[in-house]
Amino acid sequence: MDFTRRETLAMTAGAALMTVLPFRANAAVDDMIAEFTGGADIADSGVELTAPEIAENGNTVPIEVAAPGASAIMVLAAGNPTPPVATFNFGPLAASQAASTRIRLAGTQEVIAIAKLEDGSFARSSKMVKVTIGGCGG
Amino acid sequence: MISRRDFLQVSMATTALVGASGFGNWSRLAAQQALTQDQLLQFDSFGNLTLIHVTDIHAQLKPIYFREPEVNIGVGPNRGEVPHITGADFRKLYGIEDGSPSHYALTYNDFSALAQEYGRVGGLDRVATVINSIRAERPDAILLDGGDTWHGSYTCYHTQGQDMVNVMNALKPDAMTFHWEFTLGSDRVRELVEGLPFGALGQNIFDAEWDEPAELFKPYQFFERGGVKVAVIGQAFPYMPIANPGWMFPEYSFGIRDERMQEMVDEVRGQGAECVVLLSHNGFDVDKKMAAQVTGIDVILSGHTHDALPEPVLVGETIVVASGSNGKFVSRVDLNIQDGRMMGFRHKLIPILSDVIAPDPAMTALIDEQRAPFESAMSEVIGQSGGLLYRRGNFNGTWDDVICDALLSEREAEIAMSPGVRWGPSLLPGQDITREDIWNVTSMTYPNAYRTEMTGEFLKIVLEDVADNLFNPDPYYQQGGDMVRVGGMGYRIDVTKPAGERISEMTMLATGEPIDPARNYVVAGWASVNEGTEGPPIWEVVEAHIAKLGTVEVGENTSVEVVGA
Repeated sequence: MDFTRRETLAMTAGAALMTVLPFRANAAVDDMIAEFTGGADIADSGVELTAPEIAENGNTVPIEVAAPGASAIMVLAAGNPTPPVATFNFGPLAASQAASTRIRLAGTQEVIAIAKLEDGSFARSSKMVKVTIGGCGG
Repeated sequence: MISRRDFLQVSMATTALVGASGFGNWSRLAAQQALTQDQLLQFDSFGNLTLIHVTDIHAQLKPIYFREPEVNIGVGPNRGEVPHITGADFRKLYGIEDGSPSHYALTYNDFSALAQEYGRVGGLDRVATVINSIRAERPDAILLDGGDTWHGSYTCYHTQGQDMVNVMNALKPDAMTFHWEFTLGSDRVRELVEGLPFGALGQNIFDAEWDEPAELFKPYQFFERGGVKVAVIGQAFPYMPIANPGWMFPEYSFGIRDERMQEMVDEVRGQGAECVVLLSHNGFDVDKKMAAQVTGIDVILSGHTHDALPEPVLVGETIVVASGSNGKFVSRVDLNIQDGRMMGFRHKLIPILSDVIAPDPAMTALIDEQRAPFESAMSEVIGQSGGLLYRRGNFNGTWDDVICDALLSEREAEIAMSPGVRWGPSLLPGQDITREDIWNVTSMTYPNAYRTEMTGEFLKIVLEDVADNLFNPDPYYQQGGDMVRVGGMGYRIDVTKPAGERISEMTMLATGEPIDPARNYVVAGWASVNEGTEGPPIWEVVEAHIAKLGTVEVGENTSVEVVGA
């Protein structure tokens, strides 16, 4: 899946206001989410995603996901040429259902976390991460 | 029983109606043209705790002129809200009389004429007088420095911030947070911070490698003052490695981190804090959003975006105070804290009119001592200003027009770009331009004036990128600078459009031809955040240009067409 810079940037503003991405940006990512959830409904709460608003370095962006009681959390970078970042699986003996890592972002885009919860339901959280060329600090 | 919220609102109303902020009083006195130091400092002590706030001094030790912006556009929820109100609208909002000192201090109109009448502003020896006077009345007052202190002048550059550290230490602040300080490089920052006799705070200053709080900076500090247990939490500029060269301080990571801010507020409340003060370098709109996101902060002392507001802005139960820049203002905030709650406040933004407020002699001597080794080099006259030279404004300022012209002619470029920083004093028509004046608007540790080629397409990407840092409707995505200044090229900007669609009609001013996305253009600029940028320091480029011109004429700049403001 290819994004021009313009499309990626256009996604920024739209997604800042709502979590629904423009259709074109959505297709592949939606398929991946559907595959993970088996098409089940997804709640808006139950998983926390921590990521910077503006990346200090798009090549290594620290993110953290946490979902108490989750058996798995999938992380997607919706605007990357290859959106899947990782799926963290938690066994029954896991002390906490949280993970942190650093990811590479091709440009400004939405990072999405989908958690499979204890009761088999799913939760979603997302955050727009801006990747900028910088300069000009007041 | 009156709720806390009612108390705050009553207090705000009182402020507006009878001038408990001192503001209404100040402008009436102004009409009489009988301003005295006592009147500027007049303040009926209130409550049991006093905060004093200075911020964004940018190493201005001596009195200067500083013109506030004409264009300061707010977007999203901040459209038409302070501080995005300027000029006559601003005066109307706060009931400021035309021609009064508050007109001069807080708005841009008739600046040159009023400057002749009211004189220079700032000077840390005058600031010292104000602080000493407040402390004489309230010895327990907490003095807080919002940062951007160790940057911005000839002496600060040549002493790597030592001049400012020496002078600020004499003012005895209780705590400080940071931004441009980091452009001294992390080794120098460590050296200076380790020697500070007061707290260096920043809950959002992290170790970049481990993504853990940096050891050198504490998130908060407790003070027992006036029988009140006060916690001051620091917030450094969130986007330092993006807006400034991250390679100069690679050990550190920043960010807004409002989840951690909430944790810190909860932590200090849990430790018995009766009053929580946030000493912030977020910028005003970011602070307003943070006040709404994070609960439990009583006062945000806001810095970074250089706004000066005569009254605090109330967000929920938090008051947000903006204290200007360049040593032009000191804010005094008196609080009534009872049983761990802020029951009311009284506030005054004190303008440091340098002809009205007497300098503190000990501080004058200390300042002059810092300047003495550089005085002869700094005072050399390079040229004269033919008009008012200023910087502030979202899109351009006459000082930046001069800098862009210097880049175009001295670096033989087609297009010039100058960073949209908000620091840098103004010069009146007919004033000598000294070397110090040039450094006041150019001094930095990454000053190289590069000369390179960029395609028209890339130029648009640059403009769009910077525009989104200023006009993204969500303040958390803003960086707090102004738009990059452009010479040789004009453009149209619609501030209401989404990222990537704001800029259009990019045009070469010399020929009137549209910018060709595929063509290469010779571009000169400065303040690149990239390591290894080559070229002469910008102050040499500007000095050579002004020396050739003699008198710098100032024209109207119509190269940017703004839509949707």
